[in-house]
Parts: sequence; C-alpha cells; structure tokens
Amino acid sequence: MTTLLLADHDNATLGSATARALSAARELGADVHVLIAGSNAKPAAEAAAKLEGVAKVLLADDPSLDHQRAEPAAALVVALAKDYDAIVAPATSSGKNILPRAAALLDVMQISDIIKVVAPNTFERPIYAGNAIETVESTDTKKVITVRGAAFPAAKEGTAAAPIETVAVTPAESGSAFVSESLSKSDRPELTAARIVVSGGRALGSSEKFNEVLLPLADKLHAAVGASRAAVDAGYAPNDFQVGQTGKIVAPELYIAIGLSGAIQHLAGMKDSKVIVAINKDEDAPIVQIADYSLIGDLFTIIPELDKALG
Amino acid sequence: MKVLVPIKQVIDANVRPRVKADGTGVDLANVKLSINPFCEIAVEEAIRLKEKGKASEIVVVSIGPAKAQEIIRSAYALGADRGLFVETEERVEPLAVAKVLQAIIAAEQPGLVILGKQAIDDDSNQTGQMLAGLLGWPQATFASKLEVDGDRATVTREVDGGLETLALTLPAIVTTDLRLNNPRYPTLPNIMKAKKKAIDVKKPEDFGIDITPRLKVLKVSEPPARKPGIKVASAEELVKDLKAAGVL
Ligand SMILES: Cc1cc2nc3c(=O)[nH]c(=O)nc-3n(C[C@H](O)[C@H](O)[C@H](O)COP(=O)(O)OP(=O)(O)OC[C@H]3O[C@@H](n4cnc5c(N)ncnc54)[C@H](O)[C@@H]3O)c2cc1C
Ligand SMILES: Nc1ncnc2c1ncn2[C@@H]1O[C@H](COP(=O)(O)O)[C@@H](O)[C@H]1O
Repeated sequence: MTTLLLADHDNATLGSATARALSAARELGADVHVLIAGSNAKPAAEAAAKLEGVAKVLLADDPSLDHQRAEPAAALVVALAKDYDAIVAPATSSGKNILPRAAALLDVMQISDIIKVVAPNTFERPIYAGNAIETVESTDTKKVITVRGAAFPAAKEGTAAAPIETVAVTPAESGSAFVSESLSKSDRPELTAARIVVSGGRALGSSEKFNEVLLPLADKLHAAVGASRAAVDAGYAPNDFQVGQTGKIVAPELYIAIGLSGAIQHLAGMKDSKVIVAINKDEDAPIVQIADYSLIGDLFTIIPELDKALG
Repeated sequence: MKVLVPIKQVIDANVRPRVKADGTGVDLANVKLSINPFCEIAVEEAIRLKEKGKASEIVVVSIGPAKAQEIIRSAYALGADRGLFVETEERVEPLAVAKVLQAIIAAEQPGLVILGKQAIDDDSNQTGQMLAGLLGWPQATFASKLEVDGDRATVTREVDGGLETLALTLPAIVTTDLRLNNPRYPTLPNIMKAKKKAIDVKKPEDFGIDITPRLKVLKVSEPPARKPGIKVASAEELVKDLKAAGVL
C-alpha cells in the first residue's frame, strides 16, 4: 500500500534529513506520500513535491502546527494513519519528538534510527552507541520508523513535481505552547549535510580559542563545525554542535577531529565518516585508533601549519 | 506536587559493550551496570525541585530484571523518597514500559514525570514521548532547563537548530538532556540509609498489561570494522594524502 513520510522542515525550506529519509521510505517498496505539517508551509511542500519518488504531498497548514509541537503534529499523523502501512520520519530532534507519541497512540512499537531496510518488516539499527547492530523484525501490522539520515543518500530532485493536496486540520487543546527559540545562525553548511566536518574537543580550552582555531580552518574547507560533549558542556560551542550517541550523527567525506579523545559516545556519532583525521597530542587516544590519518602533536601548532599547507 | 521519575538500569557508560559470539545480544555478564545517565539527571532534577519547594515527594519507578532493583537504592541514596520496582526477566520494549508507567501514574497521580531522553543501551529515545501520548499529556523532550511555577512548567529544549522554549500545563512529561544539570554524588550516610529503605515490588501482570515484545530481535552483530590508518609526520603530508584520497 502506501508509506507516509513526516517531513522535517521550517515552513520555508525542507531539511536535507527529509530527502535522506525519503530514500529509506522508498526502500519499503510502496508509494510515498510526504506530509508537511506546518504553518504557511507551502514553500516546504513545493520543495517536497520536487523530490524524485514522491507520489503526493499532503499539506497540513495551520497556525497550531507552526513549531511542530509534538501534541498537534502527532494527533495529525494519527488521524491520517489509517490509510498507511508505514509511517516514517527522519530521526531529527523533531522526528524523534513527534513520532513515538504517534506510535503509542497507534499501539505500535516504533523502530528507531534505522540504518538499513532489510525487508519491509525487517530493519537494522545501531544499539549501545553503535557498538552493536541489531536486526529486528516488526510484528506490528503498521510500521512506525525513524531513519538515521547519515545511513541513506539524499533523494534528488525529479523531473516532474508531485501533486500537493491540502489536508484539513482540527486544532485541539494541547497543553503546550511555543514561547521562544534561539537558533544558531551560520553561513557554514549544516552539520549533518556537510561534506567536511571540523570538530573540536576539550583541548581547545575556551570558546575564544575554539572559534579562533577552528573557524578559519572550517571556512577554508567549506566545512561544518562540530564539537565533543566536553566542549559543549564547557560552553566552548553551542549544544547543536555536539556530535555523538546523544548528539548529531554525521557521516561526511572527511571528519577532522581536533583535540578530542574519541570516547565511545563521540565515535558513535562519526565513525561512519569516509575519511577520519585525528589531530591529538596523545597517540594512544581512541580517536587515533580509528582514524585513517593521525597527526600527533599540539593542535595549537598543527592547525596554523595546516591552514598554511591548505594555501 | 508529586514527581515521578522512571529509571532504567543499563550497562555503565564507561564500559565498552561486547557483542556475544552467538549473535543473540550484548554480553552483560560480569559487566558493570548503572543507572542510565539520563535517568540520573532526571532524579537530580526532581531533587532540585524538591529542594526549591516545588516538589513534595519523589517516586522512582523501574521495570526490569531482579538485579535492576539496585538502581532504586541508588536513587534513594541520592534523595528519592519512594521506589516502585516492576520485576520481569523478559525484554521490555519502550511501548510496554510506557503502558506499565501509565497504569502506575493512574494510581500515583504525579504532577510531573521526568524521564531520560534516551536509554544508552537500546538508544530508542521513545518512552517519554509514548507515555505522553498514552496519557494525553503535553511533553517537552530533550530539556536543558526546567522551571516549575504553579501548574505551569517552562522548559528549554535542545533541538537540532539550537534551543527552543515551551510552556506546558501540568501534569506533563519532561525528558532530560545532558545539560539539564550535573547529578550530585550520594553521601555515605545516605547510601547506608538507602540500604534499609523498603521497595514496593510488583509484576507486570499486577497491572494486567501484556508486555510481549512487538519487535523480534533476529540478530545482533558487530559493526563493520574500519581499516587501520597511518600516522603522518606533518600538516603538508596530511594535505597531500587527503588530496590523493580525493576528499580535499
Ligand atoms: C550519557 C552520555 C552521553 C554522551 N554523549 C556524548 C556525545 O553525544 N558526544 C560526545 O562527544 N561525548 C558524549 N559523551 C561524553 C564522552 O564520554 C566524553 O566525555 C567526551 O566525548 C570527551 O570529550 P573530549 O574528547 O573533548 O575530551 P577529553 O576526553 O578530555 O579529550 C581531550 C583530548 O584532547 C587531547 N589534547 C589535549 N590537549 C591537546 C593539545 N594541545 N593538542 C592536541 N590534543 C590535545 C587529549 O590528548 C585528549 O585526547 C557522553 C557521555 C555520557 C555519559
Ligand atoms: N525499563 C524501564 N524502567 C523504567 N524506566 C524506563 C525503562 N525503560 C526506559 N525508561 C525511561 O525512558 C527513558 C528513555 O528510554 P528509551 O526510550 O528506551 O530510550 C529512560 O531514560 C527512562 O527514564
């Protein structure tokens, strides 16, 4: 039958995580409908309609859906669910927030963070910070799935746009209200979509040093900037920079780990990168054990040299 | 206001998990087990609410095998008032956990439930959201700041783009992120006192809830290993190698 993909978007644009989740959704073998739940979200719906493999876009446009609060968004998914065999969302902070709520209301056990579709009812997912891969078969008639974006390619734009259909929204009292947000602004590529990631750890020592040392390098490489938990906890970098088991999962072409040790929780978020570089003064650091290239020494001498070598 | 905190026992965050040779799971025999770090943060937050006079009683609940009772004692040592342990040797999935918690909440009537955002063994990140759905309560996941004022909670959440603040009408569900607080260490006298405190032990059947897993685990395997890397002597050499590898 049909698969419903709950999109991650900000009304104006569609997150790249949605295009990646679409690739996973298509592997289920059925038609895919993309649900845009938002407010003034026509631009996001139009972007979704252009993606190859989308049969239809459902646009639920209502002020109550503005910030994708879980209560109205999950209620909407539940209201639409009867026409679908599978409901999929990217494992972004929004997908992770909304989808399990809908799953419980549908009496379905969600399959979180899949990295492979083995069959329409069988999936691989990482557990224990990626130290083990579990193959699970769902016995629920409806499947509810979140997708790890780093494990799937982003669907490309197709030649023809899919139709956009409006769905009615019945706003209900939800008990939650949006108050404010403070979002990081940056001209750099987004962490989970970047081709190159430059990540810094505790060794940077301060937010001034973090910025002074890492940002010029990132700019030169057109890279996104990431951080270890220790760097975020210490306030060197904002929370949305955290890479790891409980932060963002990235798999860029090139990951440069600078002054971070590579604790299992950090490795969980980046060890599927194509090429890993470690810059660390300790040659026994775990990050050095998994890196393709390691440069052992003081980062404060090495990074300026690297800047120079890059020209 | 009563605060309920569901807690789970998991492999200690500092232990490297090993997949069993027969592919049935991760080896937990003779491995250090601890309270899930996010649950510890949840307990700490409840204690702080009590210290601020916002919470009157802290009830911790855990569902798991007999030895997981230890974490109720750990929570007592930190300052939890009362503990409920639902004992089962079966694998319990988040949906089943949420249903058992729903039944307990119907009896306990807490004003706030604080869970971890994620158990670091199954990495599901679901239980709090599922529970909120089943109860029809508002939710604020991935909290890095929580303020309670009367029947309202203001919660700052860590989201992909930065931070978001929501206002919730209580009763509500909150799940913790790493930056919410730094859990305290228990003191020795409190550890001693915790040993003597009673724990209310139940079984899933007592709630009439079917906990049969919906997911069949077919296999647990090692992730693919990376091939060994090399040490380079200088920044120039690194740049040359990266260019040769086609990533620069
Ligand atoms: C529940 C839980 C969840 C977690 N989730 C995450 C997560 O998602 N992401 C994450 O990253 N961590 C996470 N952690 C934390 C993780 O366990 C580590 O504590 C953390 O990653 C360490 O950060 P670090 O590598 O920057 O610091 P450290 O481990 O202190 O490493 C610093 C490194 O810098 C090197 N160094 C020092 N000075 C220099 C110098 N001048 N030049 C070069 N190298 C230098 C040192 O040799 C060392 O290797 C989590 C932990 C828990 C318990
Ligand atoms: N067996 C359990 N007993 C009590 N609480 C649990 C249990 N499993 C999960 N939880 C709670 O749900 C949170 C998220 O777990 P999960 O959804 O499995 O990642 C945990 O941090 C706990 O607060």
